[in-house]
Amino acid sequence: MFTAGKGRRVAIGAVVVGAVIALSGCASGDPLADENSSSDGETLVVGSQQYYSNEIVAEIYSQALENAGYTIDRQFQIGAREVYLPEVEEGNIDVFPEYTGSLLQALDPSVTSGTSDEVYSQLVEALPEELSVLDPAEASDQNSWTVTQAFADQYDLTDIASLSNVTEPITVGGNSELQTRPYGPDALQELYGVTVAGFTAVEDSGGPLTVKALVDNTIQLTNIYTASPLIEANDLIALEDPDGLFLPDNIVPVVSDKVDADATDILNEISAALSAEDLVSMNAESVDEQKSSEEIATAWLTENDLLG
Amino acid sequence: MNWIGNNLPLIGERTLDHIAITAPVILLSFLISVPIGWVANRFTASRGIVLSASGVFYAIPSLPLFVALPVILGTGLRSPVNVTIGLTLYGIALMVRSTADGLASVDPDVTQSATAMGFSDSSRFWRVELPLAGPVLLAGLRVVSVSTVSLATVVAVLGVPTLGLFFTDGVERNILGEIWAGIVMTIVIALVFDVIIVQLGRLLMPWTRSSSAAVSRPGRRTRVVAPV
Amino acid sequence: MNLLFEGFAWIFDPAHHGGDEGIGTRILQHLGITLVVMVIASLIAIPLGYLIGHTGRGRSVVVALSGGVRALPTLGVISLIALSVGIGFTAPVIALVILAIPSILAGAYSGFEAVDRRTIDAARAVGMTEGQIVTRVEVPLGLPLLIGGLRSATLQVIATATLADYVGAGGLGRYIFSGQATNDYPQMLAGSILVIMLALVSEALFSLLQRSLVPAGVVAAEQRQPDGETSGGPTRKSGPRRSLIAGARR
Repeated sequence: MFTAGKGRRVAIGAVVVGAVIALSGCASGDPLADENSSSDGETLVVGSQQYYSNEIVAEIYSQALENAGYTIDRQFQIGAREVYLPEVEEGNIDVFPEYTGSLLQALDPSVTSGTSDEVYSQLVEALPEELSVLDPAEASDQNSWTVTQAFADQYDLTDIASLSNVTEPITVGGNSELQTRPYGPDALQELYGVTVAGFTAVEDSGGPLTVKALVDNTIQLTNIYTASPLIEANDLIALEDPDGLFLPDNIVPVVSDKVDADATDILNEISAALSAEDLVSMNAESVDEQKSSEEIATAWLTENDLLG
Repeated sequence: MNWIGNNLPLIGERTLDHIAITAPVILLSFLISVPIGWVANRFTASRGIVLSASGVFYAIPSLPLFVALPVILGTGLRSPVNVTIGLTLYGIALMVRSTADGLASVDPDVTQSATAMGFSDSSRFWRVELPLAGPVLLAGLRVVSVSTVSLATVVAVLGVPTLGLFFTDGVERNILGEIWAGIVMTIVIALVFDVIIVQLGRLLMPWTRSSSAAVSRPGRRTRVVAPV
Repeated sequence: MNLLFEGFAWIFDPAHHGGDEGIGTRILQHLGITLVVMVIASLIAIPLGYLIGHTGRGRSVVVALSGGVRALPTLGVISLIALSVGIGFTAPVIALVILAIPSILAGAYSGFEAVDRRTIDAARAVGMTEGQIVTRVEVPLGLPLLIGGLRSATLQVIATATLADYVGAGGLGRYIFSGQATNDYPQMLAGSILVIMLALVSEALFSLLQRSLVPAGVVAAEQRQPDGETSGGPTRKSGPRRSLIAGARR
């Protein structure tokens, strides 16, 4: 049950929970509603998923905004998307780091493919009126079909289609919902003729348990987020995806209308500077060096001269 | 294990969060269970039903309950009301049985004597049955306390900050020290609560002090009652 | 209520019955884990509990340890074990055995302790050896409390075995995880309902067992003098147990 928020990224039915919360209306006496009454500067609530990488980005947003004089209320480690999205929609959270493709799919499950730009513009359309997305970053953290280096070497694997070279039965492992995702085992069969022999659930969203199962060869194919430091640390290969089986997942701040022009500029500057390599190396600092998100965020902001 | 050294303030903060969530739940479970247990014990017909229901209730997997409750209550998933009610329901499921058992353990001779001495039904309950059932209630409360403290780690997945966040984050980041910190602090809170409950019990039930060792022994518990 | 209905509808949908992913397979996996866990836990806890109950030694240590173990968050334990032994049955089985031991242990030793010392003295006086006292007096008279302990342990294991799927061991937890991840509430409820039904079946079986195994003399005493099971501390949420020996009361 302790699964990463990120792992539950594509919350197809977030709308269901949203409706429920909407029905409950004001009854849900939210503890975060009125905390900005006394302070001079605007108080902005920054949220994060229950995912360390997302928390680092949220912390970067928070520190940069604080540096500009905003008062920040951090509501980090909020569970999965189905938990926090309704709260963002209600206006309880003002800034939230999101992923373009996954958020789009949560809002509109019918979308299954597209380039970064297409996904971004569709996302702008799909968002409810009271929310907006600012500029997306280059950094992305998306789903991938991942194998071990040894397995890739053995069958000469480079992209997803090359999985059809494999002659032994492939057991796929991952969060149980992977089985029914549009890019799941069925898609491999239909699009690439790759036969999947079995599915083993490992519910840690491509975390250490999944990686261990892959390295132990209990499973041969799994879904790991491309920004995960576990890929490099364990000699894993994220198979290339030339056909866009997975939606691009660029990091993007989702904001409420309380975020003014100055704050918007600050967040856009961050997105402009946040590269794909930066995200992977910050994730690695969190996992390998066990640094806190505060430390990592401060270091990155200083390095990019964003705390001036 | 350097994670622990670097994150002591965070560990402290989550420990306090955990206590803030669990302490009211334990108290509520106790207060609500007493009348239910009394009803269960008072009427033979209700005893079996109430006790079986509470036993099976405890088998409900916790995560679905926490997700289904807001639908019924109309609260937000992350709302403290949702979490408190969910945890309290499990607490009651455990505590009702102890309450009923405690009240049943009072020697009928004693209650009959009390009636004969002119106690009204309500004063007999408050001044005779409840105090005599005390040791069993106390033992039940200790179980409720431990189980609530442990169960509260689960609500972390809903985004409610408790020590459970150290499991989710620790597993994702593969930091064993963080997982251990969560486990150890959960046990520490459980032990501290246990000591507090036992001390409160001694304070409120001074007559059990001499034989407090027997309090949690089913076979001898009845004898604790007899000499009173 | 509507949602509950959808949960039942999900269960009765024939499309969810057969095959590797079907309800039948998941129930068997769930029961398999439960059975293995209960056998291992019993093999450890019953002899140990009898030893403690018979000698009266080590009780306080075990009570303290059991309290600590009860506070262990099972998912944390499963994760830690799985990180070293890998995914599959092993990690959840070990974690659940740890979970089950305190209740069984408490049932075993409290069953012995509940036997009136005078009954044991009498047994000794009529010339029984220590071994005979254990096998012919303490074990049969302690049986109801032991079964009570097994009963509560089984209930806990059935409920908690839902976590086994977290590390790839399957079971009914799959429906809960999968349903939660995709906001498929009917599926999630269906999983919960099935777990509760297993719990009910286990409760019913144990209550039959308790009735059929209580020695005849004790039943008579129980009827004459209904006495609450005094569970609490060591044994929790077990079936209705009764004071075993009429004499214990006075």
